[in-house]
Amino acid sequence: MFRTRPDHRPETVQIFVEGRPLMVPEGSSAAAAVLIAGLPGIRETAVSGSPRLPWCMMGVCFDCLAEIDGVANRQACMVPVVAGMRIARQHGAREVRR
Amino acid sequence: MSLVPVKAAEAPRKFDLAIVGAGPAGMAAAITARECGLSVLVVDENAAPGGQVFRAAELAGADPALARDMAPGLDLIARFRAFDITYRPGTSLWMLDPDTGTLSLARQGETMEVTADRILLATGAQERPVPIPGWTLPGVMSAGAAQIALKTAGMVPSGKVVLAGQGPLMWLLANQFIRAGVMPVLVETRTRPILRTALGAGGIFSGFGQLAKGIGLILKARQAGMRVISGARHLRAEGSARVQALRFEGGVEPCDTLLLHEGVMPSTHISMAIGLQHGWDARQLCWRPKLDVFGASSHARIAVAGDGAVIGGWEAAVAAGQLAALDAGLRLGRISRADRDFRAEASADALLQARALRPFLDALYAPSQEVLAPPEESTIICRCEEVTAGSLRWAAAIGATGPNQAKAYLRCGMGPCQGRLCGSTVAAVIAETRNVPVEEVGHFRPRAPYKPITVQELAGAQLGAERLS
Repeated sequence: MFRTRPDHRPETVQIFVEGRPLMVPEGSSAAAAVLIAGLPGIRETAVSGSPRLPWCMMGVCFDCLAEIDGVANRQACMVPVVAGMRIARQHGAREVRR
Repeated sequence: MSLVPVKAAEAPRKFDLAIVGAGPAGMAAAITARECGLSVLVVDENAAPGGQVFRAAELAGADPALARDMAPGLDLIARFRAFDITYRPGTSLWMLDPDTGTLSLARQGETMEVTADRILLATGAQERPVPIPGWTLPGVMSAGAAQIALKTAGMVPSGKVVLAGQGPLMWLLANQFIRAGVMPVLVETRTRPILRTALGAGGIFSGFGQLAKGIGLILKARQAGMRVISGARHLRAEGSARVQALRFEGGVEPCDTLLLHEGVMPSTHISMAIGLQHGWDARQLCWRPKLDVFGASSHARIAVAGDGAVIGGWEAAVAAGQLAALDAGLRLGRISRADRDFRAEASADALLQARALRPFLDALYAPSQEVLAPPEESTIICRCEEVTAGSLRWAAAIGATGPNQAKAYLRCGMGPCQGRLCGSTVAAVIAETRNVPVEEVGHFRPRAPYKPITVQELAGAQLGAERLS
């Protein structure tokens, strides 16, 4: 769980995490937004289905894979938030859309 | 010396020098290369220049938790932005063909190819993995990850925060947290004595400035009342759906967020994927590309500079970037050998100075064997494919001689991170099981695409090529 420091980062952007509106500091990544939202996990692993949150926040670990604006398997830590962005958790392995 | 103008509107596809990474090494190299008259492209995955050390410095520069640490970077970033450099932020390099000098790039759903006569990899460092039991639990992160969150968004962990591990970053982050109103507990895994290590490693006098800064950080955190537990061993993160405590030999610390760190090592994903020769660094316990003093690699077109070449910190990275750029100037016929060597002297001096304290730091914060090769069988090593230490030992026992064989047996290193995170641990566990030096078991051979791209992006690139022809 993380908290913001609005006194020092007053500029915010409205995004949606799991469909819920949330104001996050400008400059946040989509992964940071999920940490601020306090979700129990950003994805469930493809192998055992265990929940994960970001580990490295710098593009190395791929534990923050999420669905962003409808595109799955995006490295949420490498995607800066923009107004109106929709971030959703990813469940297990990706399937081909039918 | 005439400067070659590069107009962004024309979206050029060919450059004298392409630099991968806009951290201290990449920025310094770009500036020096422009001064030599080269046309320069800088591609970087992040939204703004600075690398990890000065990540989002332009945003974080006024944050009282970070201002003093970002200040040196702001000057470098301002100079970088003032130069006529083709800078492409938010851009991933997903393939590099060193023979033709072709870089395949992806940015916001679009792909493109550019070529360069010379290519500098300035991809920086990454944190060493800290594979303790429970390190995949939500709420457990690397210390660097929490620092990136602070730099980019000003955010801090709420609740009880435990920092566990060792290295200069731990004390820096502790100070930044304290300035931001968060009081962590530090569980230090360091086992080496400071004074005896210092006398053995040397560099104390020439590296005195850095040493004084480090000691200052330790004193300030202690004066502020931070609790420090020293010499912790056998760390494990405990909790059901989330981390709830850090347990270690002789103690337990409840926590809402656990931040682990055991130092950094060069990010060699791309340098290994393109087949550069690497050597094992027994002091920093990592692979690194084989380079000459100017950063030139085993491939005639490629150089490497900064922490992606050898861990030395940002000041060393600036100097190494300058040296690589001067060498590019010579190789591309813009400056003479005498000119290169004359101008290189100041950078070479700065490099020596910046690296003076490194042998001491490497010795003081050398990770223990239980961090390099986790002893407990159930500990996850490959986070992507959830491969445990026990199954890796089994694979090594029945004939997997190195990481690439283990990958075929167990899929470790075959997930989305492509072995970036588990590579060093997989090699160390196999080496330990086979009872051979780790350099003998080798390393994963990464392949393109280095970053995931969609079929749509790939198809778009093909279409673009047809349109061009």
